[in-house]
Amino acid sequence: MPDNNLIEIQNVSFSYDQRPILKKINLVVPRGKVVAIMGGSGCGKTTLLRLIGGQLKSSGGSVKVDGEAVETLNNDQLIRMRRKMGMLFQHGALFTDLSVYENIAFQMREHTNLEEEIIHDLVMMKLHAVGLQGASQLMPSELSGGMARRVALARAIALDPMLIMYDEPFAGLDPISLSVVGELIRKLNDALGATSIVVTHDVQESLKIVDYIYMVSEGVVVAEGTADAIRSSEMPFVHQFVWGEADGPVPFHYPSRDYADTLLGRIQ
Amino acid sequence: MKAIVLLGHHVNDRLIRLGYITRFLIQILLQSGTCLLRPRLVLREIYFIGVQSLIIILVSGMFIGLVLGLQMYDTLQRFGSGEGVGTVVALALVRELGPVLSALLFASRAGTAVTAEIGLMKATEQLSAMEMMAIEPIARVIAPRFWAGIISLPLLTSMFNVMGITGGYLVAVPLLGVDEGIFWSNMQSSVDFSNDVLNGAIKSVVFAVAVILIAVFEGYNSPPTAEGVSNSTTRAVVTSSLSILALDFVLTAFMFRGI
Repeated sequence: MPDNNLIEIQNVSFSYDQRPILKKINLVVPRGKVVAIMGGSGCGKTTLLRLIGGQLKSSGGSVKVDGEAVETLNNDQLIRMRRKMGMLFQHGALFTDLSVYENIAFQMREHTNLEEEIIHDLVMMKLHAVGLQGASQLMPSELSGGMARRVALARAIALDPMLIMYDEPFAGLDPISLSVVGELIRKLNDALGATSIVVTHDVQESLKIVDYIYMVSEGVVVAEGTADAIRSSEMPFVHQFVWGEADGPVPFHYPSRDYADTLLGRIQ
Repeated sequence: MKAIVLLGHHVNDRLIRLGYITRFLIQILLQSGTCLLRPRLVLREIYFIGVQSLIIILVSGMFIGLVLGLQMYDTLQRFGSGEGVGTVVALALVRELGPVLSALLFASRAGTAVTAEIGLMKATEQLSAMEMMAIEPIARVIAPRFWAGIISLPLLTSMFNVMGITGGYLVAVPLLGVDEGIFWSNMQSSVDFSNDVLNGAIKSVVFAVAVILIAVFEGYNSPPTAEGVSNSTTRAVVTSSLSILALDFVLTAFMFRGI
């Protein structure tokens, strides 16, 4: 049922210069769910998020968000659509010249005419939700990696978006912060009634919190299913990815000429 | 033959880049409405770009004036007209040295800071984050810096000139003994408002547009890596310095011909 899907990606292709990244990929994200897109580095996960956000345009196929084809929107329509989205970037992307408080108030000041008192209360509520109410006056340079990610999360939900996108939210976090961020993603999604897309290659943490998983490799979805289905999958790629095996369908060695020939000097 | 092909490619690349920068300027102008509606954004940047450049401009202006006073007095004295030192210092500063040197200092102090800041904002995905928040980075980040630069440089140039003339005065009158009345009256009668002061101000505005446009363009188009930001910053200062000198020649040729 299309109405149940907030995101519909149909036969989408995308290339950087001549290098194909996505090859007629298909996936849907149902409303209210937390969906993970997993895959190795450079498989096109972040590109998918940028296509959904309209920062990139696909070279074929269609990306529909809330029933609207993103590639057909003009600049004003795109801006209107982005107001319904929140995004957490890989390293937070906090504005380094603004305090934690101002970072979260930024969108409220830009897009609304709310009184300062209301902005204050809203910012404090968002910070409270991520457990950083006491850090409101700190600058981004004074935050640890985990705290910065939580502030970025609070900023992403500043205007209660219908869609929250997370680009590698677990990258570089210690185990405690990793758990905290993971739980927050799940709780905030449910509390706000939003839909979340988590792009990640952190298998164990994301399997704990997501409803559905797409595994992407070489520009297409190679496997999909619930966390349990992915865990028990016998597909060689999924097995290698979930259990972190060094060699398998994704080879350890970058394609090269014969090793013995190279050592014996027959190939330079 | 190969050299000609390479030269052709180089010229072609430059022209394409000129096209990009012109299109970027048009985008900035079209998205400057935010700056008019929210002048505090521009005021904030004037503080970072203009006020924080004040010290280097004032100190350099003073030293240039002191040196100019000494050199000019020495040269003029050979022709028995040492009292004309005030005129020469003022004309040299107002017409030429003030706008050019202030712009060069501004390019190296403020221009590089703007390029590096915008380049790093891009590298750390702050500009992408802004886009995803439905905020146009050109309207919110680029345009305020652009207008702040255009407002700041002419003001800094006028302060540079004042300091330079003060430096010339300090050398000529208390140190070398030129009569104070003659120093000022010669200067007043020789420096023309429209031919000298106004033309100097026009130069300064043109240099400001060139310097700040190059700075924001290089920052915005900087590759999002440490090396990319470093190269863009270097290119910004080199391109703006050469542009200042080239524009200075063109403007001088138009402004002061036949005088």
